[in-house]
Amino acid sequence: MFGLDKKDGSLLLLVAVLVAFAPFFLNPFPEGSAMAQFNAGYPDLMQRFVIFGIFAIGFNILFGLTGYLSFGHAAFLGVGSYAAVWMFKLLSMNVIPAIALAVITAGVFAVIIGYVSLRRSGIYFSILTLAFAQMSFALAYSVLTPITGGETGLQLALDDPRILGAAITAEGNIPVPGFFGLEMRDSAELVLGSWVFTFNVGYYFSGIIMLIAFYLSIRIFRSPFGMMLRAIKSNQQRLNYTGLNPRPYTLAAFVISGMYAGLAGGLMASMDPLAGAERMFWTASGEVVLMTILGGVGTLIGPVLGAGMIKYMENIISKINSDILHSWFAFLPDGLEDLVVTLIYPFIGKGWHLTLGIVFMLVVIFLPGGLVQGGQKIAALFRRKKEDEPKSATTEPAE
Amino acid sequence: MDAIILQILNGLDKGSAYALIALGLTLIFGTLGVVNFAHGALFMIGAFCAVTLSRILSLSHEVEVPGEVDFLGNPQTRDVPYIYDIFGESLGAGIIDWAVPLSILFAIPVMIMIGVIMERGLVKHFYKRPHADQILVTFGLAIVLQEVIKYYYGANPIPTPAPSAFVGSFDFGAVIGFEPGTIIYPYWRLVYFAFAAVIIGAVFAFLQFTTFGMVVRAGMADRETVGLLGINIDKRFTIMFGLAAAVAGLAGVMYTPINSPNYHMGMDFLVLSFVVVVVGGMGSLPGAVLAGFLLGILESFASMREVIAIIPGINQVIIYLVAIIILLTRPRGLMGRKGVMED
Repeated sequence: MFGLDKKDGSLLLLVAVLVAFAPFFLNPFPEGSAMAQFNAGYPDLMQRFVIFGIFAIGFNILFGLTGYLSFGHAAFLGVGSYAAVWMFKLLSMNVIPAIALAVITAGVFAVIIGYVSLRRSGIYFSILTLAFAQMSFALAYSVLTPITGGETGLQLALDDPRILGAAITAEGNIPVPGFFGLEMRDSAELVLGSWVFTFNVGYYFSGIIMLIAFYLSIRIFRSPFGMMLRAIKSNQQRLNYTGLNPRPYTLAAFVISGMYAGLAGGLMASMDPLAGAERMFWTASGEVVLMTILGGVGTLIGPVLGAGMIKYMENIISKINSDILHSWFAFLPDGLEDLVVTLIYPFIGKGWHLTLGIVFMLVVIFLPGGLVQGGQKIAALFRRKKEDEPKSATTEPAE
Repeated sequence: MDAIILQILNGLDKGSAYALIALGLTLIFGTLGVVNFAHGALFMIGAFCAVTLSRILSLSHEVEVPGEVDFLGNPQTRDVPYIYDIFGESLGAGIIDWAVPLSILFAIPVMIMIGVIMERGLVKHFYKRPHADQILVTFGLAIVLQEVIKYYYGANPIPTPAPSAFVGSFDFGAVIGFEPGTIIYPYWRLVYFAFAAVIIGAVFAFLQFTTFGMVVRAGMADRETVGLLGINIDKRFTIMFGLAAAVAGLAGVMYTPINSPNYHMGMDFLVLSFVVVVVGGMGSLPGAVLAGFLLGILESFASMREVIAIIPGINQVIIYLVAIIILLTRPRGLMGRKGVMED
């Protein structure tokens, strides 16, 4: 399928099915039930799943293949957001030019930053990218306020020029981003019994783009170019000795992954047309590192899984409060119930970062290959019992 | 001239904090070869040691005030710290007032313990893993430590004042012969700088003039040979990790009056401290100290109004800009040694 071998083809198909039917199985609990708050099938969250999926896929092309750990990748996301919002302000509310400009701008930034940063490797590279990202953040926050909107962020206004398309809708509102008439925020609802499923235009639009991005990343992973990047990761010196200059390859990987980040930023702005400097802050760069590691560095599906998991945790775990915990453990005797709730309480609600930190540490310590490796280990465990087919069906880590 | 001296002074306190954290980072990197992203969290824990001690000291109980009643006719009460009962009112009040400097005594054992536990419990297992893994696991640890502090102390900054003797400013310009009123400098910042200088001096003296320090320096140069000579170098390196943690912690303790501690202060300093370490040269202790003060002072010069008028925004980016220039022109940093982290 599309020049993929059977294994990759089925993986792509699996992801496509997951994306297409996500509104169903992210909403497993009926509306109004006690568990309904754990439904993740609302448009805002689903959009974030796929958009951060794109971001993490792109980051994985750099870190997973070449081993260069960039701690400033959020800068490209921020640049992409700004570019997209400016396109909405100046040209039209169609998302295509906005996303195109976001990708191109992020790519240009990536060429400049990558050209400088890639002259060093290892921790120096991490610090250099971090320094660039922090610089962009600081500048966007202060001096570049005319371009970036400073602390308030860049927003659409009623007096934007918008050459193609109306500046104001008939009702006197700011128009919303759309794709040739389809508004990104439009949703259709399907009510089945007590279940409510929401199908959002923006989600499916981002989902399709994520599938394309995922397909491209598979092609990169399987291409001779991807092989070259893996060679850089495993032994750069040997590559030098064979007379190959690794820098053009790493720069290409850096720019590609920066463009992915720009694409994610552009999509983010398309879903909600505003952009702020905090998207470039180094914690945002740290987040994409967490996603990629958690899912599985160097694997195809890992970053998407990691992005989904972190965004799910962020939105769902942070909603649990002590009342819900008490209702869960109501079957225990009173004293024990209070004890259990007190023990769990620090890890939920506002403490979800603590859970994230612990899970992340456990993954780095025990499962350097992330969730994908965990899955493979479990699968291998079952297979050893059955004693058939030694080859694993899932993707293999790059290393 | 007075403006220049003022900016140098202004840069000293931040520079001291950078230098202390960078010194600890370099100690850990030089001895154990580990890139510790949780070092900022240690700085932050040090600051919260001061908060904890000042809270313990001001623990109080209610005492009835004889002969006074409130409007409901109940006896009037007031809070009396337990420490007044032990040491008497005037000495007790003095102890509470001096809570921050006293926290140094409290923080040293706590920080050494945290450092040793961290090294034995976690970092030990990462010596043979790639640097990226070390960065990642300590980054995770930093998040965890930060969130634990946030859980117990809340997200808001907690004001922790300096002893009243050091509150306020004095006319430094008059002392060194300028016109009065030109160089006004807060007392506590001078204390902080002096404290940092003492700590840095102590660390260098410890490494230079004690047998223990000599062994550690030998281990930094060639760990294997020292091990072959029958010296338990791992144990000494663990202690060095504890010491580095204590240095970061003390930097945090004394910084509390300058900036009220909050749970993410460590991360804010960590990013800059890493830049400092890289500028100074990975693994070079003098380099870390030098770069710390240098960048602190540069930052304060860049925030002068005259400079900002010429290049707007320079105060925000100067440190990163310097780091980029240094890394590209002198890959080893200012005083980096050959063969350390060069790939």
